[in-house]
Amino acid sequence: MSGKSPPYSTTDSGVGIAKHPIEKCRRMKGHHMNLWQEYKRPTSVAEAVQALASAPGPALPIAGGTDLILDLRQGNHLPIHTLIDLTFIPEMSALEMRGDSLYIGAAVPVSRVARDPLVGAHAQALTEAANLIAGPQVRNTATLGGNVAHALPAADGTIALTALDAIAEVAGASGTRKMPFTSLFLGPGKSAIDKTKEIIVGFHIPVKTSEVSETSEVLRASSCFKRIMRPQGVALPILNCAVWLERSGEVVNDIHIAIGPGGPVPFRTTDAESALRGQPLTDAALTRALDALLAQAKFRDSARRASADYRRHIVVGLFKDVLETAWKRAEQD
Amino acid sequence: MSKINLTVNDQQYSLEAIPGETLSTLLRERLRLIGTKIGCEEAECGACTVLVDGEPMMSCVYPAERADGKTIVTIEGLAQRVHEEMKLHPLQEAFVEHGAVQCGFCIPGQIMTAYALLKRNPNPNSDDIRFALKDTLCRCAGYPSIENAILAAAQALRTGEPVKKPTHIPNSAHSHKTVGHSHLRPEAVEKVTGEAVYTDDLKFDGMLYAKVKRAMIPHGFLKRLNISKAKALQGVIAVLTAEDIPAEKNHGLVIFDWPVMVGLGERVRYVGDALAIVAAETQEIAETAISLIEAEFDLQPIIANPVQAREAGVPQIHENGNLLKHIKVRKGDMDKGFAEADVVLEHTFHTPTTDHAFMEPECSIGVPLPDGRMEIYVGSQIPYQDRTQVARVMGWPEERVRIVGQLMGGGFGGKEDVMGQIHVAMLANVTQRPVKLLFDRRDSLIVHPKRHATQIRVKVGAKKDGRIVAMETELYGDTGAYASLGEKVMTRATTHSAGPYDIEHVRADCYAMYTNNPPAGAFRGFGVTQSAFAVESMMDMLAEKLGIERVELRRMNALHVGSVTNTGQVLNESVGLTECIDKVDAEMRKHNPRPFDPIADEADLNIVRAWGLAAAYKNTGLGGGAPDISGADVELYADGTFQVRSSAAELGQGLVTVMRLIVAEEMSIPPEQVHVLVMDTDLTPNGGPTTASRQTFVTGNASRYAAKTLRDQISASMAEKFDVRPEQIRFENGTVHVNGHSLSYADVYKEMTALGQQPRVRYEYEAPKTKPLGEGGDMHFAFSFATQAAEVKVNKLTGEVRVLRVIAANDVGMAVNPLGLQGQVEGGVMMGLGNCLTEEFIVENGNVVTDHLARYRVPGIMLTPEITSIIVEHPISAGPYGAKGVGEVSSIPTTPAITNAIYNAVGVRIDKLPVDQEMIARELWEREGK
Repeated sequence: MSGKSPPYSTTDSGVGIAKHPIEKCRRMKGHHMNLWQEYKRPTSVAEAVQALASAPGPALPIAGGTDLILDLRQGNHLPIHTLIDLTFIPEMSALEMRGDSLYIGAAVPVSRVARDPLVGAHAQALTEAANLIAGPQVRNTATLGGNVAHALPAADGTIALTALDAIAEVAGASGTRKMPFTSLFLGPGKSAIDKTKEIIVGFHIPVKTSEVSETSEVLRASSCFKRIMRPQGVALPILNCAVWLERSGEVVNDIHIAIGPGGPVPFRTTDAESALRGQPLTDAALTRALDALLAQAKFRDSARRASADYRRHIVVGLFKDVLETAWKRAEQD
Repeated sequence: MSKINLTVNDQQYSLEAIPGETLSTLLRERLRLIGTKIGCEEAECGACTVLVDGEPMMSCVYPAERADGKTIVTIEGLAQRVHEEMKLHPLQEAFVEHGAVQCGFCIPGQIMTAYALLKRNPNPNSDDIRFALKDTLCRCAGYPSIENAILAAAQALRTGEPVKKPTHIPNSAHSHKTVGHSHLRPEAVEKVTGEAVYTDDLKFDGMLYAKVKRAMIPHGFLKRLNISKAKALQGVIAVLTAEDIPAEKNHGLVIFDWPVMVGLGERVRYVGDALAIVAAETQEIAETAISLIEAEFDLQPIIANPVQAREAGVPQIHENGNLLKHIKVRKGDMDKGFAEADVVLEHTFHTPTTDHAFMEPECSIGVPLPDGRMEIYVGSQIPYQDRTQVARVMGWPEERVRIVGQLMGGGFGGKEDVMGQIHVAMLANVTQRPVKLLFDRRDSLIVHPKRHATQIRVKVGAKKDGRIVAMETELYGDTGAYASLGEKVMTRATTHSAGPYDIEHVRADCYAMYTNNPPAGAFRGFGVTQSAFAVESMMDMLAEKLGIERVELRRMNALHVGSVTNTGQVLNESVGLTECIDKVDAEMRKHNPRPFDPIADEADLNIVRAWGLAAAYKNTGLGGGAPDISGADVELYADGTFQVRSSAAELGQGLVTVMRLIVAEEMSIPPEQVHVLVMDTDLTPNGGPTTASRQTFVTGNASRYAAKTLRDQISASMAEKFDVRPEQIRFENGTVHVNGHSLSYADVYKEMTALGQQPRVRYEYEAPKTKPLGEGGDMHFAFSFATQAAEVKVNKLTGEVRVLRVIAANDVGMAVNPLGLQGQVEGGVMMGLGNCLTEEFIVENGNVVTDHLARYRVPGIMLTPEITSIIVEHPISAGPYGAKGVGEVSSIPTTPAITNAIYNAVGVRIDKLPVDQEMIARELWEREGK
């Protein structure tokens, strides 16, 4: 019969599924197929870069670590000796206004990005993307740094940051440098950052507060992110889109449009942006922008997710939807 | 070594860091907080969720060293000690009261995720709950009950009032004093506190850890196998190969065709075939050892699908060829039938392989006893068959093996075949130490039998007035590398392939074929899920062709009392199909009087809604001439409590509660006075396999008759003692009334034992006899019937499909425990929805693509529609209080109801599962282009 521990007040426990006394754990030490050997918790960026350089074996930084630990466990990653945890570094967990930019540390959990009022006020596309990355528990550990470091051309956070024209701050042995966001990517899954030597410290998102233009119209900036999924298989969007724009009355003063996957790296459709920049947002302008988008984007077939044809078909509605939502958000009060 | 200082459930710990350790391992292995469950170890299922500094995290991918300085709360930290007893947290209480607990394996994760939500948001609405629980999977899929429980707990926490109980679940129309009313599961409390013990939660002194070397090639001959490096590894205690198999080389449920391990020169038939097994001091060493084993193969051409398997000249996988069975159903005269028809339609449908994805991966522990016996701790749907299979391979008498069944984190048919049981017995026997073999999610996905992929051609002939006169079907079933229950499953697919309709001329041919894919076997619905999709799609196609309303077409052809089934069985009673159809139809029309017409969304004309409907039936019990037997013991104890025992399996479906209620009913006592012991081959009589929706019927009856017999014995005994006639003795409210005396059951125990009588009865129940297919007569002793309607929303641009509402009516004979039944219906609908929209187990040329949970999507709470359950009760006289099975039929009509709704919304006929939104979009844009 079931061994009952303290009695409970609401219901009884009368099922007997035969059990056996549980013995004390006796974990063996020594010859393990361990996921890692050493785990470092530096408290400054410099210390982290130094730890990477001085590790006795292959070393990698770990922020959220969800993907990395899975890759190690599933044998999709070469064995790692040292993991360097970036979440104990205050600079990398900061989220604050710094001058004209919103600074988001690369190790800030995605859930905090999703909830933060500064992000909501200045980078709504990122709020929306952050709310869609993975699931709630994973968002509590996953980071924007990790999302970007994977260099996937359709990662939600990456596409939002692309449209927001973020600047990445990268630390290496020779100090830190700032890189335009799109320069972080070399190809699908190929980052310009050498993870064994360098660390993405954080992102600076330029913030434009309302100002009065030459034509004495108020300029208002806004952004939006949406995506289309399919319910089977890998939980990656089959298409996502982020738009940042600056509206001056009925005119698109400035605009950034990012589509994922629209090519081997996170894709800005500069031709569509040109078709809209300085133009009133009319049906004709929208059609020109769409034509430019379809001409410039390189949609591809991805097995079991979506064909290029399908992406070309659904991008039309998605782009219009995202653009119109951002446009309305930038409306005068 | 660095230290990890952390607080767990208000206790402080300072622990040495162990390289590579995750928080889940630290909690489970070092602190023995086993309530934190491991379902996938890939941050997909959420079972391992704990709170870290107030936020829910997946502890399976959380480095333990990151927890330094942090505060952790696990499921064990929620209940509070108030005076001398533990007081459940309102969330825990609400989960119990609302029937949100079924197999229980996901529950700690559900509750911890909900706990974090309520801390942040004390007044969440349904959307907030769904957003928070998005990635906390429940395969029993009682998502509506989970949501209701969280709402009730939130209210209790806000107001300080007691947790509100569910009010929307009616009693059975045929309720007695106890059965027919909602009752809580006896094991629910331990499942919400984290104390519930599943196999992997057990540890034995000196226990070794096992791992299996798998072939990982789909087809070939084993040419060379080198285990020397693995053997030489420090910490490895045993490495065994086929040469070490003591007696019989194969296992199997019907046909012994599945090698325990493939030996040198022998044939590998699928990637999951075992080549060698290792026992080592730690899991890590066992895994390293496996990676050191070298195997070489003489590769053979791969049979990738059942149609190819039947072609001439292809390689034959088994000695008797690739055909496992040609199954035939013959009724009437097809030429005559089709000649009579005014309309003939023909279409071919495809369904994919799917996986059970029970939340608890397979685990077996072999424990050698000093007297030479062997105990196997395992969550199994057929404990006695496990015993037989282990004993055969070990060359032992069956009694030398004891299967000690554990709580199971779901089964759904996927825990009927032997997985690790024989391997741990061999290793434990050689090492004379306990050996645990825990599958990781990848092992589970690759190795255990799946739902059969099928190709089903349906040809139907009907009169202008809608009467169906002929139905011809041809099925191909992919049974994979080994038979498992393939023949039985495909037989059920075949006999049910003309739908729940009364048709004069029927012909069905099925080819159950061996291939080099993972084996296919039992899976909730047992083949009928597949054929119902085909025939119910065809019913809507026929309705359209004939211009007859689709509900009316089903009504006019529905099986009824007096009908003769395809297999020649006259249905004499308990056919509630028409009532199911009528009730679903009426409920659906409350939402929309013209339910099948598409309605465009006012805000977005690309979004279109419509309803679809489908009907189904499913046998209860083994049928086909197989003796269907279950045994149960009922015993009275000195303290006046009873125990009912049977080796039937509790996999989360609620059988233990059913047994308890039945004995309580018969003995006129509160259910709390009945304890239930199941799944132990030493202590409980054989309840047979837990399959075919049979246990409520057969073990329910065994429990009932055992209790009745015990009551008669008590009557006889008390009659003798008090010198009255037995008929004068009354059993009421826990008391035995004898001629003015009132005896408690404790008194009765005393009196009987004083007379030298043991108040204990064993009853072996045998269900009404059935006939094999082809002989006519009763192939089954009962059928359950169902109808479902689904309302979907389709985006015409993207093809995206959302299911908004499902109305499900199930004729269950009689609802023994309406609360448990609610969970079976909700879970059945969700599993059907997954089968339709999200799930596809992909095998490419024999290699498994979907070898992680991240690649095999089971539906989560976000996809859960509003589910309305209607219970229809046409009692069957042989069933306990009229009850028959429900486990499977509740899941069968969902898929065609959804695909019919999609057709009604946008005019695209789905004939291949799962629904491909791109295909819908493409068909719509191509149509527009014309």
